[in-house]
Amino acid sequence: MAIAHQFEYVKPGSLREAVKTLARYGSRARILAGGTDLVSLIAEDMVKPETVVDIKGLPGLNKIEFKDGVLSIGALVTFSDLRDSPAVAKKFPVLREMTGWLASVGIRNRATVMGNLCSAVPCCDSGPVLLVYDAMVLVTGPGGKRKVPLRDWFVGPRKTVLKRGEIATGVAVPLPGKKHAACFVKLRRYEGEDLAQASVTVLALAGNSYRISFGAVAPRPLRAGRIEALLEGKALSDELVEQAVRLVPQEIAPITDIRATKEYRTLMAGVMLERGLRAAVARLAGAGPAYGTSLI
Amino acid sequence: MKKSITLKLNREQRTVEVEPSDILLDVLREKIGVKSPKIGCERGDCGACTVLLDGKSVRSCLILAIEADGRQITTVEGLSHAGLTPLQRSFLKHGAFQCGFCAPGIVLSATELLDKNPHPSEAEVKEAVAGNLCRCTGYKPIIDAILAVSAPSVKAGGLK
Repeated sequence: MAIAHQFEYVKPGSLREAVKTLARYGSRARILAGGTDLVSLIAEDMVKPETVVDIKGLPGLNKIEFKDGVLSIGALVTFSDLRDSPAVAKKFPVLREMTGWLASVGIRNRATVMGNLCSAVPCCDSGPVLLVYDAMVLVTGPGGKRKVPLRDWFVGPRKTVLKRGEIATGVAVPLPGKKHAACFVKLRRYEGEDLAQASVTVLALAGNSYRISFGAVAPRPLRAGRIEALLEGKALSDELVEQAVRLVPQEIAPITDIRATKEYRTLMAGVMLERGLRAAVARLAGAGPAYGTSLI
Repeated sequence: MKKSITLKLNREQRTVEVEPSDILLDVLREKIGVKSPKIGCERGDCGACTVLLDGKSVRSCLILAIEADGRQITTVEGLSHAGLTPLQRSFLKHGAFQCGFCAPGIVLSATELLDKNPHPSEAEVKEAVAGNLCRCTGYKPIIDAILAVSAPSVKAGGLK
């Protein structure tokens, strides 16, 4: 199926040039990195850009770096790059765990982490996992640079706070100062590639602190503040887990769609929270299932 | 506006005129005449259009041809320049395909896997081909064929 919509293609060689082009075309331009989302959207006539700005010529954006306790993931880093990164495997094993259940190798080789965040579909996998690390999105625009906490990044389905003319150049992920462990649980209809029906990420920190996020059960990936507050400072017990699971319906707002009903999503979010909490706490104690073991 | 791009396809330099909206898959099949990448779902789900872009498996239905300017592309036609690879022979031996529509994609996905990881586990093989849908075989003979050339003593590679 040839693409009917015609557009101009530009490939700037510098960030300054890219920002200038984006500022000039405004809403008539779309940024192209991996293209796994954009090209299918154009092919299906969902978006009709006048100009496609390919950012693969921008220098320095394909790097993953761990420096001074912060993991920097450039805008051109693919999910395969993330999966193969020794720094990620060592310091952020739950990020690697997430990549193993994301799409297929053929997509991971091309799709970028930043593209996943910019597409902002509610069932994205990188969003909820990066949320528990309090990640920051690095943005460059005509007005200069700014940092956006990932918590404030997602506005709704396919909407972020990125303004016309701006380009997200990377995401900065601070390693928690305390000893910690995490767990990503993704519900899918079958083994192999599938979008999340629901996902839960738990980060357990020494001293009984917990960070929890959900994916695919609200218009955007979200942190579960009420559940985190309930758990704060408390050692995990059966009773506490039960209380936390009871709060799940207050945190999420799932819909019924082709992949699951809202009732099923709500029920399973509770089941997954329980398993995620127990696995993260067990991992923190040096036990628990190895990263990459599916808990559902 | 048409633009001329040059790519190295199966070790051969090719120059073609493309519109920015031309999809790599269509250009390979219709303008260049390489027919092993198949038109399946055209949305990145089925893996039938898989090609290797600089050695990595990608969905050619989700790539603009213009993005491939200056890059290296390998299809099944390019793997067999010196006869079938050990992996391809293993697929034959195991009767791994029936209709064959998914075969080029699976051969390339498995080639990428074995070039990167010559001795994968069964779980790694399954992960590598999970994005290539096969409606005939139930995957068993495909996975067996890949594992058969993954034994420590076998050299399976196709790209090098």
